[in-house]
Order: sequence, then C-alpha cells, then structure tokens
Amino acid sequence: MSRQLFIAAFKHEDDLLHAVADLRQAGYVFKDAYTPYPVHGLPEAMGIRPSRLPWVCFLCGLTGGLLALIGQYYLSAVEWPINVGGKPWNSSPAFIPITFELTVLSAGLGSLAAFLWRYKLIPGRQPPVLETGANDDQFVLAIPEHNATFNPQELKLICNRHHAIRTEQRIEPDGQAQSIPAQQRGAA
Amino acid sequence: MSSAFSVLRQPLVEGDRTVAQVTSDIAAPLERRAGLMWWATFTAAFSMLMLGMIAITYQVATGIGTWGLNRTVGWAFDITNFVFWIGIGHAGTAISAFLFLLRQRWRTSISRAAEAMTIFAVMCAGIFPLIHMGRPWFAYWVLPYPNTRGPLWVNFRSPLLWDVFAISTYFTISACFWYLGLVPDLAALRDRFALWAKTGSLGVRIRYRIYSILSLGWNGSAKTWNGYESLYLLMAGLATPLVVSVHSIVSFDFATSILPGWHTTIFPPYFVAGALFSGFGMVLTLMLIARKVVHMENYITRGHIDAMCKIVIATGGMVAFAYITEIFIAWQSGNLYERFAFANRAFGPFGWAYRIMVFCNVFAPQLLWIRKIRNNLLAVFILSIFVNIGMWFERFVIIVTSLHRDFLPSSWAHYTPSLVEIATLIGSFGLFFTAFLLFCRVLPMICISEVKGVLNYGRRNGEH
Repeated sequence: MSRQLFIAAFKHEDDLLHAVADLRQAGYVFKDAYTPYPVHGLPEAMGIRPSRLPWVCFLCGLTGGLLALIGQYYLSAVEWPINVGGKPWNSSPAFIPITFELTVLSAGLGSLAAFLWRYKLIPGRQPPVLETGANDDQFVLAIPEHNATFNPQELKLICNRHHAIRTEQRIEPDGQAQSIPAQQRGAA
Repeated sequence: MSSAFSVLRQPLVEGDRTVAQVTSDIAAPLERRAGLMWWATFTAAFSMLMLGMIAITYQVATGIGTWGLNRTVGWAFDITNFVFWIGIGHAGTAISAFLFLLRQRWRTSISRAAEAMTIFAVMCAGIFPLIHMGRPWFAYWVLPYPNTRGPLWVNFRSPLLWDVFAISTYFTISACFWYLGLVPDLAALRDRFALWAKTGSLGVRIRYRIYSILSLGWNGSAKTWNGYESLYLLMAGLATPLVVSVHSIVSFDFATSILPGWHTTIFPPYFVAGALFSGFGMVLTLMLIARKVVHMENYITRGHIDAMCKIVIATGGMVAFAYITEIFIAWQSGNLYERFAFANRAFGPFGWAYRIMVFCNVFAPQLLWIRKIRNNLLAVFILSIFVNIGMWFERFVIIVTSLHRDFLPSSWAHYTPSLVEIATLIGSFGLFFTAFLLFCRVLPMICISEVKGVLNYGRRNGEH
C-alpha cells in the first residue's frame, strides 16, 4: 500500500517548533522530524513519549551487580575457598569494588545495546533517509497521510507561514519513504 | 580582553558561524591533505613510538631484569607511568561526563578530543601492568575464567584484581560513550562524502564506505534523538561515579598496604583530585597544539582555555591541600615510621623529586590566578607542561620514596631507571601522540552536532 507523505524543510529550529505546534493543533500526526542536533522541546511538541531507556539501564545494572556479588561469593567462599591473610571466606566489603564496576559495565553496555536495537541502528545499514540535509543544516518535518483530514494545501499554507524553505509531496511505498540522492540536495 | 566587561556572555563559538559552516569547518581537516606541521609532529611521535616498541620487544624477550628494579624497590617507573596515564585519562571523562551533568555548555567544543585523549591514555596505561607481568602472553590469567588449574579462581579480595575490573570497565564505557557521540557526526560525514563517492578517488570511496558502516544508518530522526539524549545522560551518569571509582581503586593498590607513605585513608580523594589536575594539564597542552595545527581557533576559544585554567587552579588547590594534610597527619600520628617516611620524602636521597613535584604542582599553577597569564597562550602552555611534569613526579615520589626506605634499614636501597625503562616511557608518549594525531585526521575532533546545538543560530531570538 502506498500513501502520500508531505515534507517540509526549515532553516531554523524555532520555525520547526512553531510549525509542529500549529500542525498538531490542526489535528495532524507526524511521521518523524529530522534535525542536525537534538532540538529541545521537539519531542514534547510532537508527542513523542519519553524514552524508557532509564528502566533498561536500571535493570541491567541491577542484574550485573547482583551477578557480580553472588559470583564472587560463590567462587571465593563455596567453589574453592582460599585463605588469604586470614580473611573470612565471604569478605563481602572486599567484593564491593568489583560489584560496582560490573554494575556500571552491564548498565552501560545493556542500555547501549537496547538503544541500538530499539532504533534499529545497525552497522552498515542504509539509512531510510528522507533528507540528507538534515544531518547538515536543515530541519525537516515528515507528515504521513493518516486520515481524511490530510490536506496538502493546508499543510503547505501552515508550513509556509513558518518560513518553510521547501515543501513537497511524495508517495511513500510500503511505509518506507524514498531517499533523495545526495547530489540533488545542492539544488534544494 | 579590555578592562570593561560586557554583561553578555562570551559566545561559545566565535566568528558568527552558521550551522552549515560548522559542518564544513570541522570536516575540513579530514578533507584536505595533511600539512607540514602535522607530518612533522607525526614523524616525531611515530619515532618515539618505534623506540618504545624496540624497548618493549627487548624487555619482553629478555625479561624484566632489564629494568632498574631491585628487591626493595619492586615498583618504580612502570607503576608510575601506569598511574600517570590513568590520571591523564580522567580529565576526558570529567569534561564529557561531569561537565555535561553540570550543564557546562562550553564543554561541547573540547569534549570529543578530550574523550579521545582518555581512550589513548588508558591504552598507554594498560601497557605497563601488562609488560610488568613479565610474561604478557599469560595476561588473561588475571581474569576469572574456568581453567584447567582446578579451576583456581583469582583473588577477589586483592586491589590488583579490582584494578583489572576498574580499568577494563573504564576503557569499555569510555569507548562506548565516545562512539555514541560520534554516530551523528559520522552520519554528517557520510552525507558529505556521498557527494564524491561516485567520482572520487579510491581513498574517498573507502572512507565513504567506512563512514557509512560506522554511522549505523543514522538520519537525525527526532525519535532517535530522543532516545539518544536519554542514553547520553545515562552514560554520563554512569561515567561520573566510574571515573571516581577508577582512581580510588588505583589508590587502593597503595592504601591497602601497610607501608608508611602508602597506608593512608586520604589516598582515594587525593588521587582523584590529582588525576583531574594532571588530566586538565594534559588537555590544555593538547588543545593549545591542536587548535593551531588544525585551525580550530573559532571553536576552541580563549574562553575555553580560560575555563580550563580555572579548573587547574581548583584541582591544584586540592592537591596542595592533600600534600599539607599528609605531612600534618604524619607528624600528628606520632608514629616514628610515618614521620620518617615523610621527612625522607622531602629531604632524603629523592628529595629533589619531591621539590620538583611541589614546585610544579603547588607553586607554578598559582600564576594562573592572574588574568593576563591565562590570556597568554604561550604562558599557559608552559604552565601546563609544568603540571604534566609535576604530576608524573608526584607518582614517582609516592611510589619510589616510600619503597626505598621502609621498616628495616638493612634492606634500604636506591633506584635508578634503566635506559629500557626510559625508552618505554618515551614510547608511551609516542603511542599517545601518534594515536591522537591519527584521530585528528580521520574523525571530527569537535562534536559537530553538539556545537550546532549551542550555536544559537537555529533560533530566531524573537526576530518575528
């Protein structure tokens, strides 16, 4: 199934933010926005939910820490107890530094892996790029055809009111936008 | 700067750059041929690295009897260099994580290079314990893995094992944090190189391929940025206690022993402050060179140098305070051995090293209180070198002067480094600078996306 996609590019983050606010009021939903840097207030304006990565981080850290503590106890006190300077088999205070390090290690690696998996960032993956300019200096907004209220004329009007430097309509095949070859960007 | 002050803050980036200019400015050193300055410094650094490689090959093949160590002084240059390099690394994490959490936006221009410095410094540090093992090919024995010797497990109560975990975690997390910040910039480079990928030379095409693979399909999506910002904050939050733990654990190597001069509870905070002090000294040295060599004066401004000088004064003050506390506690403890250890440090056979340390770390940085000196880049450069030297000697003093005269006068000894040890130290500097210079040529040394964020260009500032 193919559907229409409306694209608007802006030169300033403020223009993007204002356009997003107006469009949302007019009842539009957004596919995504593409910006050269994280624009503050944009996720809230677009209605993107706060990331749940802190939970992943917490759970990974907890798992790593517990495994480190239990592992050290098991290896030092159960599996092969060795008398080191008369210290107790279960020298739990001495196990804390490694427990801490492994907590941090698993929390860090776990949340990084979750991030890459969640946002499908895979080495060598071809980016489903809408606009290559978005990594340079353009703030691009993509609005999919979602219901009967989708009106390209109105969209164009609202975006132009907010100093859009370029607007266009595209056909989005199979839910995936076509990418614009980089060479055409210079003309834009 | 004139004596009249503006109420407005100095801009973080000078020269009124637009968002697109930031991309091309920072990518420029990667897209042009290396200059004469770069080749000259690279040749020098690479020669030093080769000298170190020869020294390491020789000592691994012959044995660590080639060092100047003896039964009394069992740790000297190796561990001094190890602690020195780990300390250098700490400033990178401090800039990328501490200052991020404290919302110090000036960090954006220097965070990338400082983090790279961290990674290279940890690599340099890692060499020394490795070669100190004598048989580095058995280095994996320090890891707890099921083995055919029982399995006999490592001793989890030993600070040396804590070190293994601390350093490897530190390296891993720093590298991940660094790479995470690089992904959006690699995507920006990929898009630039895409323009020439069809017509360009083989080198350009290979680089386009590499940037494509490493940029993970990044397209600047607002949803991804949302997750990215969350993850960046989490990583900064993890790296901050991590960096404190790493140098605390390094200090435990000494503090958990019973040797006078090492057996003190002040060591963890004292080491962490010293690490930040030496690290910022090295960041200053590197940035002052780098901004000239790759022409980044608009991005690494005098404001950055000024701010870092102030951090050097602050952390230097903590180090000075720790020196005074140590001496006071040694006197106040009433312990004969403790008092002797500190008197011997200042006035014994290695008194010269102690005096270099105090001069470089306590007295020289005080000049940075003067604004005129902070604005004089040559003076700052010289003072940063003093800090580097002083902090190297601090570790040397702590390790060697405590060891060489302990409880039993009959076992007192002296220590002189052998040529092999000196060559290895030079080699570690060679590795550090070689890696840094290569980094400047292949990766953006300033975080493009973060600098764009602090530019204020994207905002209209009430224009309409």
